[in-house]
Amino acid sequence: MLKTFPKGGVHPAENKLSKGKSITRLDPPKTVVIPLSQHLGAPAQAVVAKGDQILAGQLLAKAGGFVSANIHSSVSGVVAKVDKMPDSSGYRQMCVVIDVKGDDWVPQIDRSNDLKTGIPSNPDEIRAKIAEAGIVGMGGAGFPTHVKMSVPQGKTANNLIINAVECEPYLTSDHQLMMEKADEIIIGVMLMQKAIGAGKAYIGIENNKPDAIAHLSDIAKKYSSDIMVQGLKVKYPQGGEKQLIKAVLKREVPSGGLPIDVGCVVQNVGTAFAVYEAVLKNKPLFERVVSVTGKSVKNPVNLLARIGTPISELIDVAGGVPEDTAKVVNGGPMMGKAVADLSVPVTKTTSGILLITEKEALRPEMFNCIRCSRCAGVCPMSLEPYLLKNMVNVSRWEDLQPEHVLDCIECGSCSYTCPAGIPLLDYIRLGKANLNKILRSRKS
Amino acid sequence: MALNRLTVSMSPHDYGHDSVKKIMLWVVIAMLPAFIVSAVFFGLDAIRVNLIAIAACVFFEWLIQKIFFKGKSTVGDLSAVVTGMLLAFNVPSNLPWWIIIIGALVSIGIAKMSFGGLGNNPFNPALVGRVFLLISFPVQMTSWPKVQVMNFALTDAQTGATPLAIVKEGIKNGQSFGDIMSNMPVSYSDMFMGQMGGSLGEISALALLVGGLILLIRKIITWHIPVSMLASVAIFTGVLHLINPAAYADPAFHLLTGGMMLGAIFMATDMVTSPMTPKGQIIFGVGIGIITVLIRVWGAYPEGVSFAILIMNALVPLINNWTKPKRFGEIIKK
Repeated sequence: MLKTFPKGGVHPAENKLSKGKSITRLDPPKTVVIPLSQHLGAPAQAVVAKGDQILAGQLLAKAGGFVSANIHSSVSGVVAKVDKMPDSSGYRQMCVVIDVKGDDWVPQIDRSNDLKTGIPSNPDEIRAKIAEAGIVGMGGAGFPTHVKMSVPQGKTANNLIINAVECEPYLTSDHQLMMEKADEIIIGVMLMQKAIGAGKAYIGIENNKPDAIAHLSDIAKKYSSDIMVQGLKVKYPQGGEKQLIKAVLKREVPSGGLPIDVGCVVQNVGTAFAVYEAVLKNKPLFERVVSVTGKSVKNPVNLLARIGTPISELIDVAGGVPEDTAKVVNGGPMMGKAVADLSVPVTKTTSGILLITEKEALRPEMFNCIRCSRCAGVCPMSLEPYLLKNMVNVSRWEDLQPEHVLDCIECGSCSYTCPAGIPLLDYIRLGKANLNKILRSRKS
Repeated sequence: MALNRLTVSMSPHDYGHDSVKKIMLWVVIAMLPAFIVSAVFFGLDAIRVNLIAIAACVFFEWLIQKIFFKGKSTVGDLSAVVTGMLLAFNVPSNLPWWIIIIGALVSIGIAKMSFGGLGNNPFNPALVGRVFLLISFPVQMTSWPKVQVMNFALTDAQTGATPLAIVKEGIKNGQSFGDIMSNMPVSYSDMFMGQMGGSLGEISALALLVGGLILLIRKIITWHIPVSMLASVAIFTGVLHLINPAAYADPAFHLLTGGMMLGAIFMATDMVTSPMTPKGQIIFGVGIGIITVLIRVWGAYPEGVSFAILIMNALVPLINNWTKPKRFGEIIKK
C-alpha cells in the first residue's frame, strides 16, 4: 500500500534526466574553496593557517558550538588563504582555500571497498564519530547530524525515518546512491538506530523509484528485520520532515515542535551513507554525490565530487554550460538556491546543480489574485498563502503570527500552483522575516 | 557565457502551467454546450444577445481600465468574456440591445471595475447586472419567448411564462401543484433537455451538467458548492412537498426549472466570490439553497437563485473567517 501525507502537495514534472547514470568519481580540482559554514548553526572555527600542509580528511575547522559541525579538507595540498569568499548563497563567509597537490589522504581512512559490518556496541562511540566526521543533513538543510542523534532528556526516539523520498524534480543523487551503495546505507541506518536507541527504522521512498524500493528491501532483509522500506505515492513536498513523518507513521509534529516530540528522528539517505563511512571507515564527510542536470544539459550526470570543488568544474563534466542557460540552481527546482556565479563551491548540502533555460527561468506573468484557493489547497501545512500575501501587502506583520506563518516550510507549492502567477512564497518569506524581527526585538 | 547574465531569484524555479487566461478559456468552453442549446431553442436571438453582451463587457472593461487605471489592459485575461456570456445567459433572448448594454455597464463598471477589477469584486458581476436589469426593466426582463426548435428567423416570437411563474401563480390562486403540472405544456424531460421558457442559458439542465463536468475535470470548480446547494434545495423542497404535496412543488421541479443549474454550476462557483475552504464552500452552497427556496416559495419573485447567490456573496468574508483550515500540527485548545 502506498502512503502519502493527506493534505496539500503538488506534482511537478519529474524530469529525472540523470536517472540511472552511475556515480562517476570526479578528480580533485586545482584549488578548492571550503566554506566554514555549510550547516545550520554557528560557523566552524579554522584551525589551519596560510602555508599549512594539508591531507585529505584532515580537520580544517572545529565546530563553533554544540549546533555546529567540523569541517575537513577534501584534498591534499597547501592552504593558500583563509579569507572571506562568496558561497552559493552569494554572501561572503570565511573559507579555507587550498591549492591541491596530489591526492594523499589521512592514513586512518580506510580507502578500500571492503564492506564493514561491525556495529559498535556503545551508542556514545557512534555519536562521537559522527560529530568528529562533521556530518550534517545532506538533504539540503544541513542540520548537524550529531545534534539530532542526541536525544534530549525525557524524550525517546523509537522510530528512525530515513528520507529517501527525493521529491525534488530533476535530482537523482540519492536514487543512484541507493542503487550503488545499498549495503552501506542499510548499515548506516543500523548505526543510527543504535545511536538513538530506535527500535524501528523506516526508509521512505517515492514510487517513481521502484527499483530502489525493491533493491533496498532485499538488502535490508539481509541485515535486520527492524528496517522497513516504505513505498510512498509521488507527491511534493514529501521530503519535508513533517510531511514524511505524517506519511509514514501518520503522526503529526505539533506546530513549532520537532520530530522528536512524536518519537521520531528523520535523516536523509545520503546522511546514512556518510554515517557508515564515518563510523566504520573513519572517513570524514568531504565528498558527496551531486546530480548535474537540466533540460538542455548535454550529458546529465551523477558525480562524486569533493567538497569545495567549483560548480563550474562539475558542469564541464556534464558537457559545459548550454548556450540558453539563464539560471543555475544549487539544489532542485522547488527549493534550490539560484547562484550568481559559477565559481561557488560544492558544499555538504549540494544535492544537485540544475541549469535552467531562458524559457523556463521566466516567471509567469502576474495577474490579480482570483481567489481560486488553490494555494490554500496545496499548502502541506494547511496555511492560507493568499491571506498571508494580503497581510504582507499592507505590512500587518504581527497579524501573521496567529495565521501560523512561522509554520511555513517554504516548499513553494503555492507559488508553483498559482494561476495568477503571484510569487506567494516571496511575500511569505518577507512576512516571516519581519515578524521574526519583531519577535526578537520583543525578547531583548 | 558572461557571469552577469545569470538570473538570481528565490525558489521555486519551476511553475505550473495553469493561468488565469486558461481558466477563463475553459469556463467559456464549458459554457458552449448551454450556448448551443440556447441557439437551437431561441434561434439567432440567442447569438445576438451573447455577442452584444460579450462585446459590451469587453469594451467597458477596456474603456474603464484606460480611463481610470492606466497600465496594461486586462481584457486579455478573458474574464470580461466570461462575464458577458454569463450576463447573456441570465436574460431573456428577446431583450432589446440597449438594455443588454446597460446590463454590461453595470456588471463591469459597477460590480467589477469599481472594486479594482478582476479578483476584487465581492459580488458576482453578471448577477449584479442581471438583478439591476430585473428591478429596472421588470417587463422586458420577464417576457420569455417560447422555445421553437431550430427557428432561425429573427421574428417576434410568442412570449409566455416560465414554469416557475406558472406554478407560483397557480398555487397563489388556490390550484394544487398536481393540477398545475397536468396542464403544464412541458414535461420534466423537456425541462431537462431545455425545451422550456426561461433565460437564455438556464434552460437545459443537461447542457449545464455537461459544462459542469468539464469544469470539474479541469479542476476549475470542486463539487462542494453545486452539490451542497442542489442537495439543500432538494431536501428543503422535498420536506415541504411531503408535508403538503398540493401547496409545494416537488424537488425535481425545483431543480430543473429557473436558474438552479446555471446558478449552481456557473454562478455560485465563481472563484472570486465564493469561500476558500471546502467547509466554507459547503456552508455557502447550503445557504444559497435555503435562501433560494425561501424566495421561490414565500417571496414575491418566482425565482430566487440570483438573489440568494448575491446575499451569500456578501457573507463570504465572514465564512472565510469562520472556516479556517485546521493547520498542520495545530493543537486544539480544550
